[in-house]
Amino acid sequence: MAQRPRSFALAAIAAAVAAAGLLGSCRGEPAGGTLERVQKRGVITWGADIQGGEPYLWEDPDDPSKIVGFEVDIMEALARRLGVKQRFVQHNWSNLVPSLERGDFDIVMNGLEATAERADRILLSRPYFVYAETLAVRRDAPYTSLADLRGKRVGTLNQTYAHDLLRDANVEIALYEGNEEPYLDLEQGRLDAVLLDNVIADRYGCNRAAVKCLPDDVARGAYIIGIRRSDPELKLAIDAALDAMIADGELERILTKAGLWDHRQTEPPPPMPAAAKNRPRSFDGTQLQLFFSAALVTLGLSVAAFLLAVPLGILLAVGRLYGGPVARTLARIYIELFRGTPVLLQLYVIYFGLAPYYAFGPVEAAILGLGLNYAAYEAEVYRGALLAVPRGQAEAARALGMSPSQSFRHVLLPQALRFALPPMTNDFVALLKDSSLVSVITVIELTKRMTIAGAELRGWLVPGLACAALYLALSFPLSELARRLERRLSRDQRPLAL
Amino acid sequence: MISVRSLSKRHGALAVLSDVSATVEKGETIAIVGPSGGGKSTLLRCLNYLEGFDAGEVEIAGIKLHGNMGASEARTLRELRQRVGMVFQQFNLFPHLTVIENVTLAPRVVRGKLRGEADKHARDLLARVGMGDRAASYPHELSGGQQQRVAIARALAQEPQVMLFDEPTSALDPEMRDEVMGVIKDLASGGMTMLVVTHEMQFATDIATRVWVIDGGTIAEDGPPSQVVDAPRTAVAREYFGRMKRRWS
Repeated sequence: MAQRPRSFALAAIAAAVAAAGLLGSCRGEPAGGTLERVQKRGVITWGADIQGGEPYLWEDPDDPSKIVGFEVDIMEALARRLGVKQRFVQHNWSNLVPSLERGDFDIVMNGLEATAERADRILLSRPYFVYAETLAVRRDAPYTSLADLRGKRVGTLNQTYAHDLLRDANVEIALYEGNEEPYLDLEQGRLDAVLLDNVIADRYGCNRAAVKCLPDDVARGAYIIGIRRSDPELKLAIDAALDAMIADGELERILTKAGLWDHRQTEPPPPMPAAAKNRPRSFDGTQLQLFFSAALVTLGLSVAAFLLAVPLGILLAVGRLYGGPVARTLARIYIELFRGTPVLLQLYVIYFGLAPYYAFGPVEAAILGLGLNYAAYEAEVYRGALLAVPRGQAEAARALGMSPSQSFRHVLLPQALRFALPPMTNDFVALLKDSSLVSVITVIELTKRMTIAGAELRGWLVPGLACAALYLALSFPLSELARRLERRLSRDQRPLAL
Repeated sequence: MISVRSLSKRHGALAVLSDVSATVEKGETIAIVGPSGGGKSTLLRCLNYLEGFDAGEVEIAGIKLHGNMGASEARTLRELRQRVGMVFQQFNLFPHLTVIENVTLAPRVVRGKLRGEADKHARDLLARVGMGDRAASYPHELSGGQQQRVAIARALAQEPQVMLFDEPTSALDPEMRDEVMGVIKDLASGGMTMLVVTHEMQFATDIATRVWVIDGGTIAEDGPPSQVVDAPRTAVAREYFGRMKRRWS
């Protein structure tokens, strides 16, 4: 019997991987002819992420329904030269390329760097901007180059060229989704450096009092427009339009207007960077190992957060049931506040919002955020469970001379926990999955690992199934354990047949 | 052992107890009888302060009680409850604990007895109520009569000077009533001071040293069974005993 959960989990993983192998080989891609369709439609759609913010594209503060930015200006000019209109499609940045391949939009234009990796996957237009990778460190830090940061924690954005550079630099990588957050963490001492495009560094990092940007470019690269492999005629049309914009000075005017025109634009173009050596190419043993350690992170976070949520939940339930008016009100406010607002928001507030007062590490903040949030749910579970214990129990304890705390500890709580066990199991399984939210504060757990692998390996099926199998492998034995515990504790609570 | 002076208690406009006065000597066994809703259980529960009262005084097992005792007197109340044991109609055993754990919990937790000492005492008590062989059972494995006998042993484990029984046999089948009544009878002959709210006529006539008839929040009659049961003076007592005798004959 004891062997069953483990062998079940292994079988589930094996089945998932086998199924993925079968399905992974038949991925579809829209057939070519996009240029023709664009001309017929009179509209070219382009994918980008508005979270990329200034100067790429952002909501016009004077009219939030309008999107502005130098990339919008370039797209306007490009569309005009193609004789069509442009339409922006919002999409998560790290998934722009897979979504292009899926056919969610015609092209990608959003600070997409020319890399050999991308050139393998999609067609790259001629460059429209030359950027530099800028290394930012704290003002008092001794580092003068990327090589000095070996073993240190360095932040960047997921799926960027900077990410590739860091992979080969033997540093601990922290991945972010927004431009502002890595520099906040650098200021707080939660990072030792940030490596990002100069476009981002100049606007979000170098102007901070505690941050300095190293003068030498770590690398240079070019932003290109991404086009599906099946659309070479679209690439030719876009290249021709870009060439014309360069020739007649329109591109220079747009970049100058955005404050982006610099000496790099006229110097010889940087060579296409070779593929990162440490970049994964297939779902191999190394990936599996990464998935296993991410699953351990998920499990560890969830257990630690639950160990915080349970006692705090009991305390809140007691406050709400037996406390005076003040304790009752405070417990009520806590529960409504933490239950009524998204846990994602709470994680942001704890990690970024409280940073000027106390800079929690990502893991600490993750455990604290999830634990505080789940305590609110647990409190209501325990309140219900305590109410379900018959009144005669507390009365019998009192009649035996027990104090309120003795009665609670020896009579009420053990009985209430029996009632609470099924909903607690539910909550723990939910917590296992909710823990994926902590990736917003740079913790790489199972779901984040899956999204990274999905984007890098060009396929979501195998990483997705591996991820699902691992979640099940975590939750199933726990449900099984809870079921047995419940059976043992609730001998007298067998259900009556209906 | 017990003296009650001018005890009154109201629930809103309803007078549950009005101006009740009585005394109980050491070793007496009082049967408290009367129609439902007359205040029998309330009086009993006031005696160990499971319920507060509005006016009057109680002195029981050397402890003085007054209405509305606050949190500052919590220690006094805990001491009171060690000296005054209580047995409930619904037994109220702790379902998550075995029989012996039910009996030893309060001595260990409240009085700080060591497990060995508490276990030994508990086994003696369980043997006394005829449950010596069920120490390791859980309450749900026992019949109602067995559960009530364990509940009596649990109350006795605190070595009380007074035992209060609140309709101890009302939830039981007739054959189980006898086994529980037998235990209470043994306690009475052992000299325990007891107050028993009951509808058992036989108990009132054979075991009780005195019978209280309670109706409308007052003690309508108070005297030995020979007088109260056999020659009741009040209409309420006559009617009550008449109904009881018809039922049990």
